Amino acid sequence: MATMTAEQMLSIEQRHPQIFRRPLYKRFTPLLLFAGILLYLVYVLWFFSLPQVLRESHWERLPLFLTQWVSYDLQPEFRLDQPEITPKYPRFSALGENPNPDWVIKNANGTYTILIDGPAKSVTFDKTQATIVANGQTVPVSLTGGKPVVSGPVPDWVTVHDDEIVAKMGFVGEVRVTVDRVKVRKRFLGWANFVFDTRSPFFGKPAGEVVSLIMSGPELKPGTSNLALAGDNIWNNAQWQHGDVWTKLLQTIVMAFLGTLLGGIVAFPLAFFAARNITPSGVLSQVLKRFFDFMRSVDMLIWALFFTRAFGPGPLAGSAAIFFTEIGTLGKTYSEALENIDDKPREGVLSTGANGLLVQRYGVMPEVIPVFISQTLYQWESNTRGATIIGAVGAGGIGLKLWEAMRTNSNWANVFYMVLLILMVVFIFDNISNFLRRRLSRTIHDYNRIQAEQG
Amino acid sequence: MTLSVTAPSGATHQMADAWRRQTSLRRFYTVLGVGLLIAAMLASMWFADEANAGHFFDRLPHILDFLSWLIPKDWNDVWRALFDIASPHDIGTQEFNFPLGRVYVWGSFYIPEYFELMITTVNMALVSTFIGFMFAVPFSFIAARNLTPHPVLRLVVKRFMELLRAFPEIVIAGLFAAIVSAGPIAAIIAIGLHSIGALGKLFYEINENIDMRAEEGLRAVGANWFERVRFAGLPQVLPNFMSYTLLRVEINVRVSTIIGAVGGGGIGEELKLSISRGFGAKTLALVLLLFTTIFIIDQFSAWLRRKLVGEQAFMMGA
Repeated sequence: MATMTAEQMLSIEQRHPQIFRRPLYKRFTPLLLFAGILLYLVYVLWFFSLPQVLRESHWERLPLFLTQWVSYDLQPEFRLDQPEITPKYPRFSALGENPNPDWVIKNANGTYTILIDGPAKSVTFDKTQATIVANGQTVPVSLTGGKPVVSGPVPDWVTVHDDEIVAKMGFVGEVRVTVDRVKVRKRFLGWANFVFDTRSPFFGKPAGEVVSLIMSGPELKPGTSNLALAGDNIWNNAQWQHGDVWTKLLQTIVMAFLGTLLGGIVAFPLAFFAARNITPSGVLSQVLKRFFDFMRSVDMLIWALFFTRAFGPGPLAGSAAIFFTEIGTLGKTYSEALENIDDKPREGVLSTGANGLLVQRYGVMPEVIPVFISQTLYQWESNTRGATIIGAVGAGGIGLKLWEAMRTNSNWANVFYMVLLILMVVFIFDNISNFLRRRLSRTIHDYNRIQAEQG
Repeated sequence: MTLSVTAPSGATHQMADAWRRQTSLRRFYTVLGVGLLIAAMLASMWFADEANAGHFFDRLPHILDFLSWLIPKDWNDVWRALFDIASPHDIGTQEFNFPLGRVYVWGSFYIPEYFELMITTVNMALVSTFIGFMFAVPFSFIAARNLTPHPVLRLVVKRFMELLRAFPEIVIAGLFAAIVSAGPIAAIIAIGLHSIGALGKLFYEINENIDMRAEEGLRAVGANWFERVRFAGLPQVLPNFMSYTLLRVEINVRVSTIIGAVGGGGIGEELKLSISRGFGAKTLALVLLLFTTIFIIDQFSAWLRRKLVGEQAFMMGA
């Protein structure tokens, strides 16, 4: 490539002055915009007092919460001040009423050994001393004084408090030792009792046995078949509440479906009166357009709160909230689609002497119906997602359940279960809506192509 | 030109029959589809009504009951609530304690509480949109079929954005509420993450439709990926990006109000409290402020979008 001479460069510059000599304000616009954004960010940093919030935040909780999504723990407690040491499990423990797990071993000499991760991470204790083993180290703790004392060096995974010694063993669990009790937390990967809870007669049985019981076993509960009993046990699982979760999920789906559909039905005739090119009166068009803006601008939240008060909490309130917002949104998009139509088919039908309704039916609708349906599907899709949040303010559905499970901060596995269900629903509905919209756009495409071919 | 009318031949009859069969089949499918839709709608209505705390027809006569508490005894209280001016009806209850919320800025100059809350909500929306934009732009170039540096990377980024988009915001907000304490920051993180996914998807679809000649030119002179994206991709798509970002601001203002109502702070929380306690004047003031703000933001954004990309800005989802 030939190099340019200074003369040539100059001539290019002179030929295109609008590129090389732009007005000052245009040249500095990006810089000013950048500076403005930077200033705004500094302001926001101050406004939300971000440094302080970050300083006071507990990031160490994040991995803990995330592990709780896919794991559960068991927390047996051993009282040492009783005549005999016996393990005590908290109520609603994942192991049921009378657990006798193989990782809690009662030795012949009266001591207990708890295998937290095999013998490599374990604790052995009696009333006078405890021996904690982990990371290849053995830490003896004497319990005879007024408080627990570690004899020998203290490794960094052991924390000595005033009256308690805490040994953290990573993901698998931890041991807390005081003079009068030993508390163990052992963590397992997975979801405990996902199918049958501890009250179910099927609890703790291997899958093969459950199947054979259902197929041909004796009736576990007189008067009900085992299949019905198993179904009932799963549906009413106390810990996972499958029945409730799925019902609430269906409510969320119904809210989005009903709200969008009814919104579309109401917006459809109104849009014709709001479209500038179709409406019989300009005033009516303006009034309707402002009405649509109003319905949209009164937020879905406000509608949800009002209808929750009017109908009581539940999917009816949620449906009504989505319905009212959708009248605005769909009314606006429908009328804009109508304003963008090709006027020729309308004129053609009009010239045959058809009345107003027939003109709309044969001159306008064939053109806009695919667009209408496509936009409605799009709204349906986004409302399926939005209905989850609306639910949390009391408008029914899975949102409220999700929010309550999170607020207690303890049931992250249940939260994750519901999240997975929501993701599944969103995924399925996205695909249905995408599929239908693709089919529709092909229809529109074909229509345009045929028109083009005919000239 | 003369028209010659001939008697319909056998072939014409066949065509007419075929046409009639086809239309009747189509009509049948249309009726079937509409019938199914109506059935689904009725079933949904029944289900929603059944699951609700109050039933539709029981509550319908009382639907306007809430207006009785909503209508204040003194309409001036709405303005007083909005601007934190002491009300003569103040009897020490929370319903009329307007001046308590004043946020003093300088001497006796104060920002009324509700304006401060509204600013919080709008700031939440703006910051989360900004976060979304900053991440969505690079992601969208990686996820675009025609510009991606590597097909595997494209797939990973696309899936990641899909996950962010579908993940319920409320869960992220709840998770971060436990980490950074409940409030605007948790809401911003949640809405920001969602915005990355939502904007990223729209952006990469725009990227896939760009004119590739500029990119080829840059490729010919040996430009690397960043330079090609910066000088061939970005100038073509930036107006559309800005248009969608503005649309996102509109959506995010609404979302941050809702997230606010479930513990994210801002105006949503106050509105929820006010409605649940039945404070007429306060509720009206809040609704008025929220409505006006959203209306102004919508109109401003629509105007700006029209300036940026013309009528195209309004064909969302079509």
